[in-house]
Amino acid sequence: MSDRITKASRHVTQNEGLIFEKSSPGKRAFDLPPLDVPAADPRKTLGRNHRSEGVSGFPEVSEIEVLRHFTRLSTWNYAIDLGMYPLGSCTMKYNPRVNEFVARLPGIATEHPLQPRGLSQGCLKILQLLEQCLLEITGMDAITLQPAAGAQGELTGLLLIRAYLEGQGNARKKVLVPDSAHGTNPATAVIAGYEVENIRSDSHGQVDVEKLRELVTEDVAALMITNPSTLGIFEQRISDIVAILHAKGALLYMDGANMNALAGVARPGDFGVDVMHLNLHKTFSTPHGGGGPGAGPVAMKKILEPFRPIPVLVEKAEGELALEQDRPHSIGRVKAFSGNFGVLVRALAYILAYGPDIRQATEDAVLNANYIRRHLAGVFELPYSLPSMHEVVFSDAIQKKNGVSTMDIAKRLIDYGFHPYTTAFPLIVPGALMIEPTESESKEECDLFIDAMRSIAEEAATNPELVKSAPHTTRINRLDEVTAARKPILRWKSGRI
Amino acid sequence: MRYLPKSRAERDAMLAAIGVKSIDDLFSSIPERYRLHEALKLPGPYAEAEIIRYFKDRAGENSLGHTSFLGAGVYNHLRSVVTDTIIQRGEFLTSYTPYQAEIAQGTLQAIFEFQTLVCQLTGQEVANASMWDGSTATTEAVLMAERITRRRRVLVARSLHPQYRDVLRTYGRNSGLEVEEVRFGADGALDQSGLQSMLRDDVAALVVQSPNFFGAIESVAELADGLRASGALLVVAVTEGVSLGLVRPPAEADIVALEGQSFGLPPSYGGPFVGVIATQQKFVRQMPGRLAGQAADSQGRRGFVLTLAAREQHIRREKATSNICTNQALCALAATVHLTLLGKEGLREMAEQNLSKAQFALSELLKIPDIRRAFDAPFFNEFTIVLPRSVEAVNEQLLKERIVGPLALDFLYPEMPNHGLVCVTETTTRADIEKFASGLRLACAVAWEVR
Repeated sequence: MSDRITKASRHVTQNEGLIFEKSSPGKRAFDLPPLDVPAADPRKTLGRNHRSEGVSGFPEVSEIEVLRHFTRLSTWNYAIDLGMYPLGSCTMKYNPRVNEFVARLPGIATEHPLQPRGLSQGCLKILQLLEQCLLEITGMDAITLQPAAGAQGELTGLLLIRAYLEGQGNARKKVLVPDSAHGTNPATAVIAGYEVENIRSDSHGQVDVEKLRELVTEDVAALMITNPSTLGIFEQRISDIVAILHAKGALLYMDGANMNALAGVARPGDFGVDVMHLNLHKTFSTPHGGGGPGAGPVAMKKILEPFRPIPVLVEKAEGELALEQDRPHSIGRVKAFSGNFGVLVRALAYILAYGPDIRQATEDAVLNANYIRRHLAGVFELPYSLPSMHEVVFSDAIQKKNGVSTMDIAKRLIDYGFHPYTTAFPLIVPGALMIEPTESESKEECDLFIDAMRSIAEEAATNPELVKSAPHTTRINRLDEVTAARKPILRWKSGRI
Repeated sequence: MRYLPKSRAERDAMLAAIGVKSIDDLFSSIPERYRLHEALKLPGPYAEAEIIRYFKDRAGENSLGHTSFLGAGVYNHLRSVVTDTIIQRGEFLTSYTPYQAEIAQGTLQAIFEFQTLVCQLTGQEVANASMWDGSTATTEAVLMAERITRRRRVLVARSLHPQYRDVLRTYGRNSGLEVEEVRFGADGALDQSGLQSMLRDDVAALVVQSPNFFGAIESVAELADGLRASGALLVVAVTEGVSLGLVRPPAEADIVALEGQSFGLPPSYGGPFVGVIATQQKFVRQMPGRLAGQAADSQGRRGFVLTLAAREQHIRREKATSNICTNQALCALAATVHLTLLGKEGLREMAEQNLSKAQFALSELLKIPDIRRAFDAPFFNEFTIVLPRSVEAVNEQLLKERIVGPLALDFLYPEMPNHGLVCVTETTTRADIEKFASGLRLACAVAWEVR
């Protein structure tokens, strides 16, 4: 262990095989209360549909073995709870534990989505308050909480646009997507039935407004932008962009992935966005959980309101809340039942903790990103020099001269006790290092990160092999992904090691 | 603010290091007229105790103290405290998608175990790391069938969950899918003769649910045989995963879309749940969603990575198999822990209890005059009954006894007046069932008099 590495030290972790390899017939980790009705004979009641042999290969282990198995696995993960997770675009902030507590309360976690409205007023009030808060934060007119994640929010937003334009007589053909956009944007546009036309960024990494003026015709339904962009830079000419689109009857969709730069400071509704999604698992602190679940509410201007997916939350006479299913202009249903409710509960708990002080979180997020930029600019190349907001994007151009890539630097960062930043994205920056510290990092943690990055830059100059072969401290080193994809092994089978 | 780790002095020192006077200078790139100068009108800031009080108050306005006989895609099952203990470990809860395999082996191995468990349950060869829920998994399964067959017509059982059919229609409308419904027969299962008359060589897939929305178990093997000549794929949706502990798995299906809520996830007013797609090895490159695969490092040590990413949006953009990015990973972990706790014997016993209690409940209800069973196909833990009058009216009476009665089907199926869907799981006690039966007897009688 190098004495440069001050944040982390080595420690022992337990080895652990697959649960199937620990199994022994007859063991179990779960008991049911005894059956209090006559036992049915499955052979008789199910006939030829009876699975008489049980589920072959299923694990048979005791409770302590289950607990240890998963606890051991957990120790092989990095996590926000262990330290800074500077993944650009992912907004890995602290996940408050009270959110977990309230989402599990009896009367919240126990509620069935089809139970009578009279027994659901508590759930519906939670949805209503969250809707009101998110509308205030975004400055929009109407919202749906249905989408399960950002990508489903994007689809919902584009379907709203399509329905609106159809109502105007022409759904149009194309959606414009900047080359700096998240991959979900073009993938979503195709599902919504649109052709994707990519629009190049200008020399400052901004939407090329002159190019946009050429591209926006009566064939264009919408432009999908991310603002601030994936470079962490606010679109300086946002009002020109809006004017160009609206002049041709096209709408502006905003990917809200970077809302952590704006909450309490500026509102997309005020700067001309027609429809946007929010990632509650980014800006509003619900845990990433190793990849999900999230929630992707979609906020919109009035013109799109009639098309919201069902069900729609409405207030009836005497203040009773209801989920309305019968909406003639609706785009339909995007997910069964009523959104990822448990995630929505957590997001509301987060907003209540801050109230109007949510602005302070935004300010701290921007402060951290600029502090890191100030200390690393020059050590790493800064390809675009416009002011950064909540994240900063460098490139590996300096280190590349010694054959060290962004991926190598990212892997070396693991040895220093940090999760890597986002590598090789956005696509407009060759060899990108995309760093988003969020507001959850203290000055001390930021300083440790800066020290680690400077130290790695020095190693890249003096001992590039050390960086290129990193990480050196993990349970396993870099895995052979090519063979894994060529001969995929996607499940355990008995007899295989 | 308790979540923010900076003192005022630290903020000032950082601003000074950056070389700006005030925090506002860092927002100068936002045009002045768009910058907010007033505080947002939001409730709060609340202390932790206030947040808890707010949600406890809301919880008190819901259904606590009621006994429910609702299922219809969301099921009440026993859950071990061990499941929540594991998924609340910060190393699982607060980690990101495992793109950096060296420091995400815990999540990756758990996904690999999840994929294996789903294969074992469904009789399929490969399973993905999760979809948003059963409804989007079913829709994605259909889109996958469309890619594989390059056909556009999709036959969907009318007995597929109505909300799943809705979601399929929303997605299908703009991808050129032609969705047609296949009737159910007198026994509640798919009408096979009706199906044969609709089958042509332009059909991409038949979509059935088993047990279906009315509780009837479909004959998956027969359906697969019937489809073979047409080249259409068989997509089987499973909303009640516990049935797989006792009912023959849909091994003959080409694609299975499973809702895993029954495996350790609370009803939570409709989500988050966990969908998953399982299929045959030959279709793996057309699958949507993340996949974990086994790999070796340079020392030959076994590890796991996200693999076959060339299907996914972050690599393929507009040519991806799906737009899904964030999935339901933590819910998949909960299902993995729950199924591991249950194990082979526990799952079988849980399934047997569901079957026995549902059989007992049906026999108790059939003792009531004028109540009959709607269909006679075999069922697992849900069945459809016909009442002497509107289910809504009967349910109003039952609510007075703090019972949430059958789901009224007439809104969803106008051809089924007075039909109600009853669900009974291992969490329903004999006393609950007897109270329900006597309440229903009374409610039917009262309803009769009112008429």
